[in-house]
Amino acid sequence: MKFSVNHPILFVIVGLIIAVVMAQSVFFLVKALKRAKELGIKKEVVRKTITSSAVFTVAPAIAVLVGVVALSKSLGIAVPWLRLSVIGSITYETVAAGNALEAAGLSAGTNITDASVFTAIIWVMTVGIAAGLVLVPFVTKKIQSGMSNIGLKDKKWGEIFNNAMFLGMISAFLGYVFCDVSLVFKGDTSGLVPVCVMFVSAIIMAICGILAGKLKVRWLTDYALPLSLVGGMAAAIPITAWLG
Amino acid sequence: MKKNSNLSYMDSVHRDGRIWGIIVAITLFLFPLAVSIIFSVVPDWKVLAQGILATAPMYWAVGIVEIFTYVPMLGAGGTYLSFVTGNISNLKLPCAVDAMNRAEVKATSEEGEVISTISIAVSSIVTTLIIIIGVICIVPLTPILESKVLIPAFDMILPALFGGLAVVFVSKNLKLSIAPIILMLALFIFVPALNAGTVGIMVPVGVIFTVIVARVMYKKGML
Repeated sequence: MKFSVNHPILFVIVGLIIAVVMAQSVFFLVKALKRAKELGIKKEVVRKTITSSAVFTVAPAIAVLVGVVALSKSLGIAVPWLRLSVIGSITYETVAAGNALEAAGLSAGTNITDASVFTAIIWVMTVGIAAGLVLVPFVTKKIQSGMSNIGLKDKKWGEIFNNAMFLGMISAFLGYVFCDVSLVFKGDTSGLVPVCVMFVSAIIMAICGILAGKLKVRWLTDYALPLSLVGGMAAAIPITAWLG
Repeated sequence: MKKNSNLSYMDSVHRDGRIWGIIVAITLFLFPLAVSIIFSVVPDWKVLAQGILATAPMYWAVGIVEIFTYVPMLGAGGTYLSFVTGNISNLKLPCAVDAMNRAEVKATSEEGEVISTISIAVSSIVTTLIIIIGVICIVPLTPILESKVLIPAFDMILPALFGGLAVVFVSKNLKLSIAPIILMLALFIFVPALNAGTVGIMVPVGVIFTVIVARVMYKKGML
């Protein structure tokens, strides 16, 4: 078969694989919904979990789409479509594809015409990030059961431990927001952009929290995170124009 | 709990998670193989070897660390889904954390497990659908997604996400959050090697540090 990065057969195969991945999500969704009923979790709580998760996902998913467009210049549309629907993230897929393109002596953005280079690149992208894919089925049970025991032994500590984990993760990302701040001393204010964006988002979240409490607007609590996310992203446009 | 089955819900999640995980892993590895067969070519070995050497060691190391960091936060069902559909720190984990927080359930409880799984499953399905729509409409969408005006918004997704999330968690755990935030700010500001590429490695550092601080404060009756 004559090779092309956008050959229809590639779309058929990728479509089939994505159907398998989608089936897994649907399977676990149905399973968890049944269990929620058995556990007596309120219908209202389940409904809100579904709607606010869906709303929150829209903006980050569009950002993923930007990655598909960027990678499609060299890899065609089918492969980035698959790669960004499974595992990895925009950062990883761009680096992995970039490393493989560089090894082939091609620059990012060049359309690939050689099928054997193309296959090599797909292998690199698949194998490069397969750690989670290969190991998760075998180690998750051990790690997860260990964690459940923490909560069983000492309920209060279980709760603090839970909050400490999330705080630890959040603090790492807060640190990252400040990683280029020191550029200011060299006269470059671009490092302040993420800091300002973070503050805008934090302020929106705080306002939502206060309003939801004072005016008893429940829906505000449910959509506070997507609101602060989109608000922060929108603010990034003028802030970048000003400082970037 | 179902009376007619000896398997607990958690056990059945692990059993199904394993089966699905193995099916998906095989399917994903078959893709490059299928491309080789269809176009009857062997991969360019030089590109393959150099590409893997440049990519795999770092991402496998990060991947292994991520499993140990994210599994306790995502829960079992959430883990089996997230490690297949990806975008964990920038999408699935914040989504699940926010959902569990609003439902007032702990990640380590079965209620937390169920809420986290529902949230991540919905998020994965919505992401997949949006990408499908995007792929179908890629021609009219490309100029919009690549427009100079919108680029800064997409570049700043992580600060916009974690600003809001931080307010929720810091306000609930004010005393506990001081030490980790100071440590991480100092590290990221003064160590030049720490940046967007290495934030993944700093997540477990932040988690372990905060858990130790929490333990000490808890023992001293400060929490």
